[in-house]
Amino acid sequence: MKNRSFPVMIGLSLFFLVTAPILIVQAPYESTMGLVQKIFYVHFPAWIAMFLAILVLGIASGIFLFRRTPAADRLAVAAAEVAVMFGLMGLITGPLWGIKAWGVWWQWDARLTMALILEMILVAYLLLRQYGGAGSDRLAAGLGIFAMANVPFLYVSTEIWRTIHPRTSVVPTLPVDFGLPLWWTFAGFMVLCVALLSARAGLEEQRASLDRLYLALEED
Amino acid sequence: MGHRSDPTVRRRAVQGLLFVWLVIIGIGAATASHLEAAQPQQAAQDGFVPMGDVPPEDQLPAAPLLMVAYAAVWAIAVGYLWTIRQRLGSVEKELADVSRRVADRDGFSRPASS
Repeated sequence: MKNRSFPVMIGLSLFFLVTAPILIVQAPYESTMGLVQKIFYVHFPAWIAMFLAILVLGIASGIFLFRRTPAADRLAVAAAEVAVMFGLMGLITGPLWGIKAWGVWWQWDARLTMALILEMILVAYLLLRQYGGAGSDRLAAGLGIFAMANVPFLYVSTEIWRTIHPRTSVVPTLPVDFGLPLWWTFAGFMVLCVALLSARAGLEEQRASLDRLYLALEED
Repeated sequence: MGHRSDPTVRRRAVQGLLFVWLVIIGIGAATASHLEAAQPQQAAQDGFVPMGDVPPEDQLPAAPLLMVAYAAVWAIAVGYLWTIRQRLGSVEKELADVSRRVADRDGFSRPASS
């Protein structure tokens, strides 16, 4: 965490996220869901932050696969872990909303199932990196690109299949009273995502330095 | 590749992965227990409509869910940041140790080679 921009980014995300409840409390209640709809203000940004991390994972994996750039591989590992973390937030907040809004914690419909599968793909990526042994970095890079390719399908799944999940059209048509706290929290999550990516990539850099030192020690 | 074989780092990685899998299994178990639940009520899908007054019976049951959701988000974010800090501290400590060993070795070998 020696990155100079890291404290600035964490401070900025804290500013957004600590002040967000003020706007969220002032936001009106939704007519059919009432108070529980306010989970939406963290649920949606968590998924979009996950998508951002997956985009980084996919692009970095592609660069590593075709150009063999070790830095891109390290960034991909960092992005995968950050994506799993934001996905976990989405998978926890979603059922908490669902039990009140839909009457069930979980439903095996297209959107929810695809979200769970995407999270499992990312967990598989991390397991592969941890225990895959030699050559697993290239295999994992393919998995990273596959995870990125899943994101557009997940996003439009509510438009294609019948699902109990709110459609993507909810967000662009939000009235200002709902939109202001959402985009405020969204900004906080985006900055947090970039800060965590930076910190986690820094850890991978340090590990790479350590590996180089061990190699130097073993050579003689 | 020394740190990869560090049992502490490996144990933490396994614990982290176990935690993720436990959450996924938990969601699956919750689903199984609610398969027989009542039909889902109609919820807004095409757009959110503001409401002036909330029936009192609607406010109380939702409040704990809302608090748990926000608490979970904070706990996951802070917890993850903490794990990065812990891992970074561990790697930096090992890095300093190995750097010292390399420096010591070079210090001993230099007079012999010159």
